[in-house]
Amino acid sequence: MKTATELAIRPNVFDVKAARGRCKRYRRRILDVSQNVSALHIGGAFSCIEIVDCIYNEFMRPGRAGGKSPDTFLMSKGHGCMIQYVILEDLGILGKADLDAYCTPHGRLGAHPDYGNPGIEASTGALGHGLSMVVGMALAERGRGTDGVIYTVLSDGEVQEGSTWEAILMASSLKLPKIVAFVDNNDFQSLGRTSETHPSFYPLAEKFRAFGWETTEIDGHDPQAIYNAVTARSGTKPFMVVARTTKGKGVSYMENAPIWHYRSPNKGEYAKAIAELETQG
Amino acid sequence: MRNTFAEALYDEATKNPDIYIVVSDISPAGSMAKFSTQYPDRFINVGVAEQSMIGICAGLALKGCQPFAYTIATFTLYRPFEMVRDDLCYQNLPVTVVGMGAGVIYSTLGGTHHTQEDIAIAGAIPNMQIIAPCDPFECTDATRWCAKQKNGPVYLRIGKAGEPVLTKDAEPWQFGKIRYLRRGSDVCVLSYGVITKMAAAIADRLQAQGKSVSLISVHTVKPLDREGIVEALKRHKHVIVIEEHAPQGGLAPQTKQIAWDIKATCRLDTFTLQDSFIHNYGSYEDLLAAHGLAPERILAAVA
Repeated sequence: MKTATELAIRPNVFDVKAARGRCKRYRRRILDVSQNVSALHIGGAFSCIEIVDCIYNEFMRPGRAGGKSPDTFLMSKGHGCMIQYVILEDLGILGKADLDAYCTPHGRLGAHPDYGNPGIEASTGALGHGLSMVVGMALAERGRGTDGVIYTVLSDGEVQEGSTWEAILMASSLKLPKIVAFVDNNDFQSLGRTSETHPSFYPLAEKFRAFGWETTEIDGHDPQAIYNAVTARSGTKPFMVVARTTKGKGVSYMENAPIWHYRSPNKGEYAKAIAELETQG
Repeated sequence: MRNTFAEALYDEATKNPDIYIVVSDISPAGSMAKFSTQYPDRFINVGVAEQSMIGICAGLALKGCQPFAYTIATFTLYRPFEMVRDDLCYQNLPVTVVGMGAGVIYSTLGGTHHTQEDIAIAGAIPNMQIIAPCDPFECTDATRWCAKQKNGPVYLRIGKAGEPVLTKDAEPWQFGKIRYLRRGSDVCVLSYGVITKMAAAIADRLQAQGKSVSLISVHTVKPLDREGIVEALKRHKHVIVIEEHAPQGGLAPQTKQIAWDIKATCRLDTFTLQDSFIHNYGSYEDLLAAHGLAPERILAAVA
């Protein structure tokens, strides 16, 4: 989240270079954390880094007097929470000690976000739960006239859950335009490419549109495209961004390789990944 | 009971703008119509979509609201079970999940509409509280309590319509405490929920036989008032549990467990639904009888 002063100095200006720089730093930090644990959901975190970065660092408005943002981010694809943790650390909401103790007996952060931890708005991990909670949150905001925007990121896998479609139906039926959702459409789930295992899953954006959502499709690794899509939405309907992404994005040997859904790189792989990131702009 | 629930909830909602009711295409008629007309933004009908009913309640509660989910008991607890467990119980949110028409009240609709293992299922989840009022008055007290409590989730198991008043002269209702509807010294009948009507009839018959009988509404099934049950087991020669629930996981086995723990010396008889799906149709009483819950049979067994 930007401070009020920063926003006042550079209103409505999107610094794509800064966004790319942050995302590179976040990838590196996740790789660092990976060296402390045998497993973390690295592939699914890397596929939504640019999206989650934009949400926290560009879209969510700063709170008054350094307080909580009036907007909310709920990580529906809970297994991607590593990116949430490193951004919360970057924003000073979580501490370095928290990330250093990730998945250890003396830490409080696990491989899925846990409600009650700083900056974590809901416990997710079981798929297909997030969007209904988002609908409830948006209803509460409307009921109180506070009008905070509720941002969420769904995995493409969890869009297969019937419960997600119940929420899709309700968000538009209840006319909740303050919902901004992303599908991290990396086309991978545990047993293979979604386009091969479930060809009828696509086309996706049309399905949301048919359910009364405003939708758009973008490259989910292009910060400028993410920024443009969200800022150009009409604001009259719930908004779904179908973001084409690559699982494991940023480290060539991790890209589209299902093993990196959960595995941690060994020392050699880690060094290779870091070296590769350094060469990127 | 569902009407008094709706009446009490409407009343609480007029006082608290954070009270919402999220229903799944089922609504207590009458008073709830008043709620939906008066507060259309706080009456949400998700349609036949129980998973989102629970998830939406969780989202409301995460933002500080006090939501109620409402539909027929099987659909409020079984269909969206993982949402109840993860969204409500794991996050420990003050959401009341109302299971209407629990037990075998839907006596002509078949096994898909019978709720005979709900106490075991809801009771097994950490943080879940369970209240099963025995009559419309108790339903009002429980509903008002649910509208204000911030402990965490509640499964509120209620009947349908036409339950008689059993608590007119009873001591005040208190969450987590068993409630004596009458006090005696020989026999103690423990029950909860709609079947307490049958328990009261049995208590009457035992009294007519010259026995001094206590009748207790164990309306809060979780957390169970262990101290109260211990006292009842110690103070009476004969304790009878009558429960509209499967033999596992309900009040009957818990009472037996407490009795074993304290080495109770009283006689203890328990009567529950059978551990089986029955394919019978008829009145509510017919269905209970098909499960073995009939006053004459119980009286013969406790003689």
